[in-house]
Parts: sequence; C-alpha cells; structure tokens
Amino acid sequence: MTELSHFVAPLTVLVLAIFVGFEVISKVPTTLHTPLMSATNAIHGIVLAGAIVITAALYGGGHASPALVVLAVAAVTLGAINVFGGFAVTERMLQMFRRKEDR
Amino acid sequence: MNVAIDIADLFAIGFFIYGLHELNSPATARRGNRFAMAGMVIALVGILIRTQGIGWPAVAAGIAIGGLVGIYAAVKVKMTAMPQMVALYNGAGGGAAALISTIGYFIASHSTALDPVVAVSLVLSAIIGSISFAGSIIAFLKLQEVMTGRPVTYAGQQVVNALVLLAILLLAIWFVATLGELPIWAYPVLLGFALLLGVLFVLPIGGADMPVVISLLNSFTGVAVAITGFEIGSNLLIICGALVGASGTILTVAMSRAMNRPLTNVLFGAFGAAGGTEPAAAGGGPQQIRSTGADDVGVMLAYASKVIFVPGYGMAVAQAQHSVKALADQLEKRGVKVLYAIHPVAGRMPGHMNVLLAEANVPYNQLLDMEDANPEFPTADVALVIGANDVTNPAARNVTSSPIYGMPILDVDKAANVVVLKRSMRSGFAGIENPLYEMPNCSMLFGDAKASVDALTAAVKAL
Repeated sequence: MTELSHFVAPLTVLVLAIFVGFEVISKVPTTLHTPLMSATNAIHGIVLAGAIVITAALYGGGHASPALVVLAVAAVTLGAINVFGGFAVTERMLQMFRRKEDR
Repeated sequence: MNVAIDIADLFAIGFFIYGLHELNSPATARRGNRFAMAGMVIALVGILIRTQGIGWPAVAAGIAIGGLVGIYAAVKVKMTAMPQMVALYNGAGGGAAALISTIGYFIASHSTALDPVVAVSLVLSAIIGSISFAGSIIAFLKLQEVMTGRPVTYAGQQVVNALVLLAILLLAIWFVATLGELPIWAYPVLLGFALLLGVLFVLPIGGADMPVVISLLNSFTGVAVAITGFEIGSNLLIICGALVGASGTILTVAMSRAMNRPLTNVLFGAFGAAGGTEPAAAGGGPQQIRSTGADDVGVMLAYASKVIFVPGYGMAVAQAQHSVKALADQLEKRGVKVLYAIHPVAGRMPGHMNVLLAEANVPYNQLLDMEDANPEFPTADVALVIGANDVTNPAARNVTSSPIYGMPILDVDKAANVVVLKRSMRSGFAGIENPLYEMPNCSMLFGDAKASVDALTAAVKAL
C-alpha cells in the first residue's frame, strides 16, 4: 500500500495534464499543425532533463562504466537535438506566417 | 533550495502550457514559442542545480553535440523536407526515453530489486520509446525516399507483428514480476523486439498515409516521455509528455477523420498496396480526358474574377510553392481574387501545405481549410489543382465501391472550370481513377508542376 501511494500523486498530475493538453491543443488551427508538431518535438525535449538526472545517478552511484557513459552521452545528445532543433525550426517556420497587412 | 527548484518547475510548466495556448493563432504563435523556450531554460537550469553538476562532462558533451546538430539541421532543412525532419525529432525523443530506461536498468542491476512503479514505468518507456525510435527512422527513410515510400507488405505480416508484440508483452510481464531481476540477456532481447516492432509496424504504411504515422509517432514519443517521468519521479516529464501525447493524439484522430478511415485501417490496411502498381480498371477502358495548353489556361485565369488554388503533394515534390505565389501575384495584379484550398491530409504531414505556402510569403488568411473552402468553389471561375489527386476525387461522394468512399473532399468540380496540373495520367496514391478528369468542366495541363505554373505566369504576364 505504501509502495503504491507514491504512485497516485504523479498519476493525478498525468491525468490533469492530459485534459489540459487536449483542451489547449484542440484550439490550434490546421494552418499551424506543422509548427505545432515541431513545437511539441521541442517540448518533449524535456526528456533532456531526464537524461541529465540519469547521468548524474550513473556518476553519483559509481557505476560509470565506459559503455554506460556512452549511452548517457547519447541520451543527452538526443534530448538536446530535440530542444535546440525543435525550438529553432519552429521559430523559423513561424517567422514565415504573415498576414497580408503585415507587409 | 529544493522547494525553490520545485517552484521553478511550476513556472516552466506554466510557460509550456501558455506557449502552446498561444499557438491558437498565427498572430501570437511566435510569442508562444518564445514562452515555451523560456520554460525550457528554467526547467534545465533547475535540473542542473538539482543534480549539482554530477556527471557534467557527459552532460556537457551531449548538449554540445546535440545543440550543434539540432540547430544546424533546423537552419538548413528545406521546408519541403519538414515531414522527415519531424520524423527524426520524434525518433530522437523516443530514443532518449529508451536510453534513460536502459541506463536506469543497468544501474539498478548492480544493486537491489526495483520499486514496482519504477519497474513498470521503466519497461514501458523502454518499449514505447524503442518503437517510436525505430518507427521514426523507417518513416524518415520512406519520406527521404531512401527506401520506397509505398507500403511494404508480405504474406503473414500481421501474424509476424502479432508474434513480436506477444514476445514483448511476455518479456515485459516477466520483467515486472521479477522487479527487473531476470537473466542478463532478457532486457536486451526485449529492447531488440521493441525496435523490430517499430520497424515492422511502419513498413506497411506509406504514401498519403504518412501524416497519420507521423502524428502517431509524435504521440508515442510523448507517452514514452511521460512514463519516463514516473520512472525518475519528475512531474516536469510527466506533464510535458502528457501535453505532447495529447497533441499527437489529436492530430492522429484529425488525420484519420480527414481520410474517413478508422486508425486501425490506416495501420493495418496497407492502403493502395494492391492497386498501386497497375491502375484499377474500375470504369473499363482509358479515361476520356481533355488536355489543354498553358496559353489557354493563362487566358482563363487572367479573365477570371475568383481563382482557387488546390495544392497537393505534387507541389511539394516539384518545389513549386514560390512559382505558385508568383502566379498568384500576377493574377492579383489584374484584380483576380486568389484563394488557396487546403485539404487536411494534403502532403505528408499535418499542415505541410500551409508551411510551404507560408514560406513563399502567401498570407495565411488566404489559406482556407476544407470547411471554409468548399462553399467558395461554386462561385469560383477556376479551380487550379496543383499536384493533388485523391483529395479532389468526387468518387468519394457517391461511389460506394470506391476505396475512398466517404472521405471528405474538396469540391473542386463545383467550380465553373477545373484545371488539373499533373505529371501524367498515372493514378494517385490510392491507385484509383479520378472521375473528375472526365467531367466536361475539367481539363488537364500535363507536365512538372513548377514548369507548368511558371508557364502559366508567363502566359498571364504576356496578355
């Protein structure tokens, strides 16, 4: 029971976040669906934070074998690609969306 | 200190949600992206403080490599290549989630049994992340045309996929039941099967179904990240993953609905595989069509009062978006009203056509989605179809035997005149004939989309 109790709080957070996500994203117009995808690519780049945490656990626990360090660097790299690439390409795309009056 | 970081996380989450909210209009979308960026900076600084820089050489190396690669790719990628770019980003997120689980597993295997919640989330994020990673790579290879973009099918495909899925489930149950204390070979085998399933499930999907797959992989990656949040106990990952999962799901459903096909049919139906190689002889005999020339169409366009452009994947392939804009400018100079009608599944990812036309400086208030475009066709003088096919096929309305029956289409045939720009009479992705081409108000202008549009611009200019 104690083992599962620490599962309920994050589950609550998950369920609420799903509802917020559906509510907010269903208002995004079809014109912006590609930038929406690249922006969500950047946001799931938060996995970079997870990669940093696991890398710290790896070093902190003294398990930093060369093979695991390679995996850790790979995880951080993939997360960083998401964050930097995702935001940069979204910014580049959104710059192109203009109204007629803007020019 | 930790409370301060928790509060910083809360700000980051608020910024992400507000940022996504601002994407509800092109006018505010850039500000939204900036807010999300600020949220990311806060979140990452918080995480670096929390981990006290332990393992910084690996973190710094990864951020340096990933940052350079990510920004370089983002600056260099062509807008026509955005679908495969997004596929790679989806794969990167899924791959990172699977790697985090893998490292977590090997750290734990040095010490004690896993906590049950960690065991379940570790194995789930490893599986879903691997499927998303491998599936995204295949989607990338298809979109980049390194491999065939058409569905790859073979006998017993679904049985093989079902067996691989079963193996994954059994290994996962074993993993959870033993709380991660199983023979050393089991975890790598589990990962291998998950990667294999990712490859196998994307192989039979191709062509015009790609928008669905890209959206679905987007959603998978979000789910994998959310589950990783359970594994490492981070609300930040849970919430961001849930937002992305919701976004991917909304897009997946929207794309399936735009094709009037249940998701299961897209995933397992291998649409167009059978009829793709040879044109289906539904009507019997060759179609009676009228071919026309650029000069004639130029006159028709120049003296029209309203023209609607209908772009499709052919425009992306020919990179014709700038030529299309040049033609629109010529027409507008003569007082012709120009609109663009965009079907939700035109192109290879949600919103593909909108981005291409935005790149060519077409104002977004001229881009109409299907609901707004269809009432415009009956009063249009010309509908100019540029590399779109199945999304204009009137058979979807009334031919119950047609594979695309029931799919919502753009009513181009309601326009006074329809001109279809097409490379040849080869059928579209679905491999079915388009009765539109035989209608009395329709004529065909054959050739590469870009060359044809340039010829039209020259013809209009010469008048």
